[in-house]
Amino acid sequence: MSPRKTAAQIADQRRVIEPPPTQVGEARGVFSTQLEKMVAWARSGSLWPLPFGTACCAIEFMSVVSSHYDLARFGAEVVRFSPRQSDMLIVAGTVVDKQAPILKLIYEQMCEPKWVISMGVCASSGGFYRAYHVMQGIDEVVPVDVYVPGCPPTPEGLIYAILKLQEKIERGEPSRYQEILLEHRAAEPERHVLAET
Amino acid sequence: MAQFVADNLAVRFGEGVQRVSDDFGDLTVWVDRSIVHDVLAHCKRDPELRFDFCMDVTAVDYLGLGGNPRFAVVYHLYSLSTGKRVRIKSGVPESDPVVASATDVWKSTDWFEREVYDMFGIRFEGHPNMKRILCHQDFVGHALRKDYPADLRWKNPRPDDLVDEISPQEMERMQARVRKGLSD
Repeated sequence: MSPRKTAAQIADQRRVIEPPPTQVGEARGVFSTQLEKMVAWARSGSLWPLPFGTACCAIEFMSVVSSHYDLARFGAEVVRFSPRQSDMLIVAGTVVDKQAPILKLIYEQMCEPKWVISMGVCASSGGFYRAYHVMQGIDEVVPVDVYVPGCPPTPEGLIYAILKLQEKIERGEPSRYQEILLEHRAAEPERHVLAET
Repeated sequence: MAQFVADNLAVRFGEGVQRVSDDFGDLTVWVDRSIVHDVLAHCKRDPELRFDFCMDVTAVDYLGLGGNPRFAVVYHLYSLSTGKRVRIKSGVPESDPVVASATDVWKSTDWFEREVYDMFGIRFEGHPNMKRILCHQDFVGHALRKDYPADLRWKNPRPDDLVDEISPQEMERMQARVRKGLSD
């Protein structure tokens, strides 16, 4: 236990903690902003990806998060394998019709706000699988924010997509999911009365 | 090359063996659909043949190639002890696409036969779980038939229930193991 401080000692301590007086317009350590902007900035730099890897794109994703390309440089390296803990779904690979409900279920389990990157042509459009068993683009079941072309895309391509998504978040734009939600509310307001109030 | 295989089957099944070809050392024996199961069982158990490994079961659609009957089921057999291979083929008509299951001869044919059913619509009588294996359960038609449109898709509204992939006996064993683990 430290001995009780005298009033003079406490006043002396306070004097040290107080910032030095500055002139107007020269304020240091303090800035004013809007809460939304602050939150958007913070979110853009702390994306937690959830890989939904089904094909060779997932191999490229592995190299993106490994040391050589090192996604950690861009603040999106905390790869989670639980949808409850992540906010950026990266669909890397071919998604067949049989898997579509599984992908949708995983997407629905993610907490909002959430974003989706469709990596590679298979996830974006079905790619060369114009066939009886492959979904012609995952946007049939989940809203996609960024599409990455390539078969598979280069690691730089995926990094560029993540940077694009970060820019979008930082600008405060709604995710594709929120856009679709707004469209639905505008189209059928009576269905969304509870959600509005 | 493996002439003794063809001779053995011809002696045992006589008229049931329809055609034998030995192109480039690949022996193919066409047999009547009614005796496919007997031929396969014989191939496995005969001490001379000993085809103990069924490598694949598949099918061919001869639509547009003048095939009569339209389909053929194909069994690729391999003998681990003699190193010989044989391909057993049997024609299957479109009007009655049914073949006797070989799951009681080789357990491994279980999933092969389900795949053939899924892709060609040929059913295997006596199979323990004759349902689709690759396509989802709301799929209509059989994708590898020549008259199936190449890009016709069917939306899948729900995930497949995988519990019925487990046989009742295996399910009982698993439950017993869980109960034992709980009591320990």
